[in-house]
Amino acid sequence: MLSFLLRRLGVMALTALCLTFIVFALVNLQPNLEKLAKEQNNMRMTDQQVTVWLEEEGYNRPMLTRYSEWLGGVLRGNMGDSTRFRAPVNEVLWERLALTGKLMFWVMVVMVPMALIVGVLAGMREGTLQDRTLSTVAIASTATPEYVSGVILTVIFASKVVGLEWFSGSSTKAMEGITVYNFGLPVLTMALYGMGYIARMTRASMAEVMTAQYIRTARLKGVSFRNIVIKHALRNALIAPFTVIMLQFPWLLTGVVIVESLFNYKGFGWLLVEAAGNNDIELLLSCSIIAVVVVLITQLISDIGYVYLNPRIRVQA
Amino acid sequence: MEPLSTAQVFSGVLVQFTPVWIGLIVIMGLSAYFKARLSLYGRLFDSPIGMIGLGLVLFWVLTALFADQIALFDPLDQFRALKNKPPGTLEPESEIAALFGGDNLGRDVFSRMVHGSRTVMLIAPAATIFALMVGISLGLPAGYYGGSIDTTLSFVANLVLAFPVILLFYLLVTPEIRQTAIPSGLAAVLFIIPIVFFITFFYSRFSTRPDVLWFYLIPTIVIGGFTYLHLTNIWNPTGLRMEPNTLNIFVSVVFVTSPAAFRIVRGLTMDIKTRDYVAAAQTRGEGPWYIMLWEVLPNARGPLIVDACLRIGYTTILLGTLGFFGLGVEPESPDWGMTINQGRKLLRLYPHAALPPALAIMTLVLGLNLLADGLREQSLKD
Repeated sequence: MLSFLLRRLGVMALTALCLTFIVFALVNLQPNLEKLAKEQNNMRMTDQQVTVWLEEEGYNRPMLTRYSEWLGGVLRGNMGDSTRFRAPVNEVLWERLALTGKLMFWVMVVMVPMALIVGVLAGMREGTLQDRTLSTVAIASTATPEYVSGVILTVIFASKVVGLEWFSGSSTKAMEGITVYNFGLPVLTMALYGMGYIARMTRASMAEVMTAQYIRTARLKGVSFRNIVIKHALRNALIAPFTVIMLQFPWLLTGVVIVESLFNYKGFGWLLVEAAGNNDIELLLSCSIIAVVVVLITQLISDIGYVYLNPRIRVQA
Repeated sequence: MEPLSTAQVFSGVLVQFTPVWIGLIVIMGLSAYFKARLSLYGRLFDSPIGMIGLGLVLFWVLTALFADQIALFDPLDQFRALKNKPPGTLEPESEIAALFGGDNLGRDVFSRMVHGSRTVMLIAPAATIFALMVGISLGLPAGYYGGSIDTTLSFVANLVLAFPVILLFYLLVTPEIRQTAIPSGLAAVLFIIPIVFFITFFYSRFSTRPDVLWFYLIPTIVIGGFTYLHLTNIWNPTGLRMEPNTLNIFVSVVFVTSPAAFRIVRGLTMDIKTRDYVAAAQTRGEGPWYIMLWEVLPNARGPLIVDACLRIGYTTILLGTLGFFGLGVEPESPDWGMTINQGRKLLRLYPHAALPPALAIMTLVLGLNLLADGLREQSLKD
């Protein structure tokens, strides 16, 4: 187990290194630097002024030197300075990340139970009308990306046209205090898109477990259907969805960016858009580190959790 | 002038889609009639879910095909009288109704939705097929040989997969990146893979029969080479070229989708290579590429077709995301994602501008997912 962990951590570190270097190389392309120079000073700079400014700010030194400088800073906890906000990245980033953390938390709280219930209810009686209906609901929810469901939900629940003004169409106020009224729509929008996939995985896994021999034995000795589902099937059926839930995080990130700009909630996703739009090199790099680390850690947790939950799987040392 | 009533708008839309209905009836009718001879595709008509999915997909394919006949206005024309007007408002000069109303610039929402299907229908399937080609060409050797080839290729694939898609798009689909050689460089690498694939495909089977080999190879090289030079803009005699931003979008989407395709092909190959017919081919002394392309690949086609359907849907969502953030799309174009983004600002007052493209994306992706589900169900029945 230990050597498996160490090897995984090594691959993770290498992946993170490669990815940040790619991002670093892309944001430091010559046209991007020129754009940055013009945005930092004025749009009507001549080419010569741009070159001089880039030279003075040290942007023209070799890529590898600058990358290792930046990396050294990050390892010591200094993420650099944001050119967009004119403040150290450390000041800007964590506050936004906390806001997105809250969003993610509520999305998970809504999405996971909903998905598991739908999946289990569909999978326990495979092929019935109940299964067909719930599966179609799950497929429909995976077919509706956030920017579509967000628009539809806003029209239904927050517009004057339909009249059901249950939720607010903007979540700006949720940054100070979360209420159902101002936070309901973004959470619902994100939860809906992720739900379908987890529900389908749960359904497939549940349907498979229900055909197992021990379920048949339990039925034959007269255990009620309810107890079979809850005590015998459920636990074994939840191994596969666990992995899927963990692997949802990278998907959630794209969702966060969309939902935050849809509902005007200034979290991590909004920060990423701002950083990319303004070619804010160090902020964008820090954002990508966070994103990549989140992805890699969830992958690791899902691997470890899978081994831990399923005693039949053993990693080769 | 009186705007049209809801019922009139509804019937107006139904009438406008006449070519699509005719096409749907003809295709569905013919396929259902000949279904016994159409193998997997024919068996789709035994599953109601698959049929609904196929219907939805065909609806949008035919809409894209007949967009000029269906749309009432030019998607780019702006009419002051239609600005933010509700569905059914008549345009005073031509007295044609804007069936779904007008957007904030006075353009006809209905015509924009209809024309928006064209870009999606062109890019999404093409990008998926390209990604699948790349995935097959790299996934087969990775799964078949294993070892260091597998380790290296899997590492690269996981690298791209660990990238948050949205970040990659923000870095790859920008006007600045179009000034550099990166999109065309990526295109040059990615687009050569299908040609290499087909050459290997034919060579591995017919290398001992030169007459048949050349019969297949010459068209491959001529057509493939011509398309390649066109797409990468190296040599362009006809003047037809892909817009730089379309190429940029296309290449980025292929780049993002191919690692997922790679993983699926690799997994399937690892499973199939343990079968007896592969061992038989190895005993016969067939080359590794013959086994991969003519023994393993045909036996992996079922799951691959299902995956392709799902992936086209996913690509459609990706294209919508790109449009939603205004990345790489012409500012005026009737792209669905971008229309949603423009319409959402006034959503609480005038929802009619953003809803049609949103429902369009939803129904198309839903159709593709249902189709994939139906195909999977039917192919498992064997």
